[in-house]
Amino acid sequence: MSLPALPRDWNKSESFKAVASFTTPEKLAAEPVGPGFLGHARRILRNRTFSEDERLEAERNVKAIETADNDYESEPEDADMLRHDPKDWKSLDQYEVLGLTKYRWRADEDLIRKAHRRKVLKHHPDKKAAEGAGDEDGFFKCIQKAFETLVDPSKRRQWDSVDPKANVPVPSKKTKGDFFERWGKFFEAESRFSTKQPVPQLGDLNSTKAEVDAFYSFWRRFDSWRSFEWLDEDVPDDSSNRDNKRYIEKKNKALRAKHKKDDTARLIKAIDLALSEDPRHRMFKDADKAAKAQKKWEREAGSREAAEKKAAEEQAKADAEAKAKADAEANKDAKEAAKKAKEAAKSAKKKHKRTLRNAIKDVNYLLPEGEQPSPDTVANALADVDNLIEALDDMELADYAGKLSPLTADSVKAAFTEGVQAKGIKPKFFL
Amino acid sequence: MSKTIIGLSFGNTSSSVAIMKDGVLEVIANQDGDRAIPTMLSYAHGDEYYGAQAKQQLVRNPKNTVAFFRDFLANSYAKIDVSANHRSAHPVEDSEKLVAFKVVDGESEHTVSVNEIVVRYLKQLHTAANDYIGKEIDGSVIAVPTNFSEQQRKLVAELAEKAGLPALQVINEPTAALLAHVSRPDIDAHANKLFVVADFGGTRSDGAVIAYNGGIFTILATMHDLELGGRDLDEAIIEHLAKEFEKEYKVDPRKEERAMAKLAHEAELIKKTLSNSTTTQFGIESVASGFDFSGSLNRLRFEMVGRSAFTRIGDFVKHLVAKANVDVLDVDEVLLVGGTSWVPKVSSVVSGLFDSERTVIRSPNTDTKAIDPDELIARGAAIQASLVSNFDAEEIAESLQPVVTNGPHLAKPIGVKTAEGVTEILAINTLIPIRKTISIPAEGDVLIEIVEIEREIKVETVKPEPKAAGEDEESDWSDDEDEEYEVRSRVVKPGKTLAQLGITANGKADIVVTISKDLKMQVAARSGSEHVAGTV
Ligand SMILES: Nc1ncnc2c1ncn2[C@@H]1O[C@H](COP(=O)(O)OP(=O)(O)OP(=O)(O)O)[C@@H](O)[C@H]1O
Repeated sequence: MSLPALPRDWNKSESFKAVASFTTPEKLAAEPVGPGFLGHARRILRNRTFSEDERLEAERNVKAIETADNDYESEPEDADMLRHDPKDWKSLDQYEVLGLTKYRWRADEDLIRKAHRRKVLKHHPDKKAAEGAGDEDGFFKCIQKAFETLVDPSKRRQWDSVDPKANVPVPSKKTKGDFFERWGKFFEAESRFSTKQPVPQLGDLNSTKAEVDAFYSFWRRFDSWRSFEWLDEDVPDDSSNRDNKRYIEKKNKALRAKHKKDDTARLIKAIDLALSEDPRHRMFKDADKAAKAQKKWEREAGSREAAEKKAAEEQAKADAEAKAKADAEANKDAKEAAKKAKEAAKSAKKKHKRTLRNAIKDVNYLLPEGEQPSPDTVANALADVDNLIEALDDMELADYAGKLSPLTADSVKAAFTEGVQAKGIKPKFFL
Repeated sequence: MSKTIIGLSFGNTSSSVAIMKDGVLEVIANQDGDRAIPTMLSYAHGDEYYGAQAKQQLVRNPKNTVAFFRDFLANSYAKIDVSANHRSAHPVEDSEKLVAFKVVDGESEHTVSVNEIVVRYLKQLHTAANDYIGKEIDGSVIAVPTNFSEQQRKLVAELAEKAGLPALQVINEPTAALLAHVSRPDIDAHANKLFVVADFGGTRSDGAVIAYNGGIFTILATMHDLELGGRDLDEAIIEHLAKEFEKEYKVDPRKEERAMAKLAHEAELIKKTLSNSTTTQFGIESVASGFDFSGSLNRLRFEMVGRSAFTRIGDFVKHLVAKANVDVLDVDEVLLVGGTSWVPKVSSVVSGLFDSERTVIRSPNTDTKAIDPDELIARGAAIQASLVSNFDAEEIAESLQPVVTNGPHLAKPIGVKTAEGVTEILAINTLIPIRKTISIPAEGDVLIEIVEIEREIKVETVKPEPKAAGEDEESDWSDDEDEEYEVRSRVVKPGKTLAQLGITANGKADIVVTISKDLKMQVAARSGSEHVAGTV
């Protein structure tokens, strides 16, 4: 197909010749459907020609893209992240993958969709292939995974729960700034886990007592959706090993519960700490005290006498109390002395018992030195000794212990033989 | 945040919902896993069922199952055709002479207006769509047949709003189907084409001839046969089964409603199976007088028993083309829509009407990439939904005004003469204003002659060449080979000259033809740094 040559008689000075108008068109109804019609309607309604419309629409598109792009800055992409194994996508920072580290949990769904679109445009495998970069689409897969995670509210919560970069640590004394600077950020970050929104924030020195009370009471009853599924170990989906599967599921469940418990404890501790450091508390207390003192002083000024009387009464009462206290103290001393005596007696008794029990052994069961007593001998002798100790009261114990001094075979024999007879014990050894 | 707008195909037999999400078009599956959801409601034990679950009740609980009600909207009882309703709840006349159904919903019998039935059904679709999308739905674009009146369209929109699906726009079914088709990634959305859209549904057949030029759809003709659809194929199979049953057991199942309901249920299954395989087995328990009934049916048999319906389908398309005042050779593509278009015989009957070298038939049996025919309308509606979702009601209403939609369309194609003949630039039935650019190879001083194009259908009678003696002897049973036959061809040639331009070309010339609102035609040509232009 080609255009024919100009005829010889064509007047070259005249490059355009209008010959006839086209056949009268027919009025018909166009279907108000499809992108083509949308363009037509726009041109008719805004009275634009094709080229005007094209220019204006192009400008509008550029603007739309610009505003979309100016919504947020693009972030540099870490080279390691781009090479990350897509199978291990869970270990990536999901916000970093979409370039939203400045926003994290603050990014709304629109922003996430926009960020996703932008990343897809940049990393689409087709585009990479066109650029001759080979068909590595590992990072593209990570982009899709991150998008799926962040655009699905329940999956996003799982990730947000463990997003390490979003955590603001509990401020220590060393953290820079005043109380509000140190704690404000902490509570703002923790707010994201609240099922109830909006969450009351820390406020400042101008907050009223009611506000501060409401703040602490809300946080004491904090209802958190934070959960720890993200950290689950992957449950193998091979059906051959059911036990193992069940085991891992159980383990995951237990770990989630533990993390949750720890997290609750962590928050409670933090709230207590904040409360103890909160300068407004002392302020409110001082103000309270001052107000009370003021009231009291006014009351007293009004009734000095009554106050004086009361003071006298109080003095009398104090004296009485002091006396009672002194009495009580004296009483206590006596008791203590008795207790001491008792304890001494107790320990003496113990000592005497020990002396009696050890005596027979110390004199080698009345046998010549170096001779081995038979087991029967030992058993019989000890039985007599025990029976005797059992039968003696405290005084007698001291008495008999005295008789064993000096400790000789004779003194032992004499003392025990006398003892068993006196107490009517049937002797086995001290016959 | 952009709004969530669904596309809704609200059929007399079945309905579908689609949504465009992040540039991906999805047809919604309901809790039964259905994408083509039967347009039916059923009441049993105080519960309301819809879709396939309602359809199942047709055997056990036909009196409380409401089906084929959409077309009764805004119609007086006196005017409606109830022939599709004899195996389900029967329509009754309500106090306003409109249509209602008597059903036992809950404890007692109620007369429920068709409007209320529609609201209840759309509410069910709303819930299904909500569950699927997981998001509150803000509105809908609803497709209805081209012969729905303004009053019916308004009513549909009103009822949809009551069901929580306010309609941003009510559009025509064939246009929706075509929008889905031309949006296919493998189809050039800028090519000018003449389409035949034929929708063979359950109870009715609808057709439209649509010009698609410069991205604009213009309906040139429509046709409706409200007594032709998949139901006729079902009935043919039912009758066949009934005959066979009677032969085998000497019992006439036609006398028992329940027996017929069972046969009807099985017949549709058989029909659908035969769209995929050439033969199928069936088994029905206790059809009549306690007799079980089993057997098999093959596709050929089905095509024989359904012959009259297939013939009517062919005639329907033939008449549709004729009604648009075009020739079959003018048609670039035929888009087959509706559940019945799954039937292979439907595609082959339609294909037989067209020149296979000239016209492409789009159906699952002829085009492997064809969109499922029972999803086309919902998909198109969803595409439109995504296009208008950012407009407010006023903006949409503004663009629907006649000053926008009603416009002059070219009565003759416009083209440029070439060394070989003529090349089309603007097709017949192109909406004005329009602008179109083409590039043509050219070298040296060339003439650009803009002309109207005349197209002619040439009919030649061809006599087969006499066969060499002896060759024919054994095969004279095929004597029609010797008969004369017609060869029809479509010829285009330059007609009236509109403008001439001379240009010194250098490889190729770009020609831009622009026709403005006030019907002025501007022609501009460019080649390298050369530039010529003028207005007629
Ligand atoms: N695979 C299939 N093979 C054959 N027929 C099928 C198949 N799937 C659905 N059908 C038939 O398609 C018909 C339903 O068509 P569709 O889903 O287009 O309904 P519709 O547009 O609501 O119909 P109408 O409005 O004409 O009543 C039913 O008769 C059904 O039996």
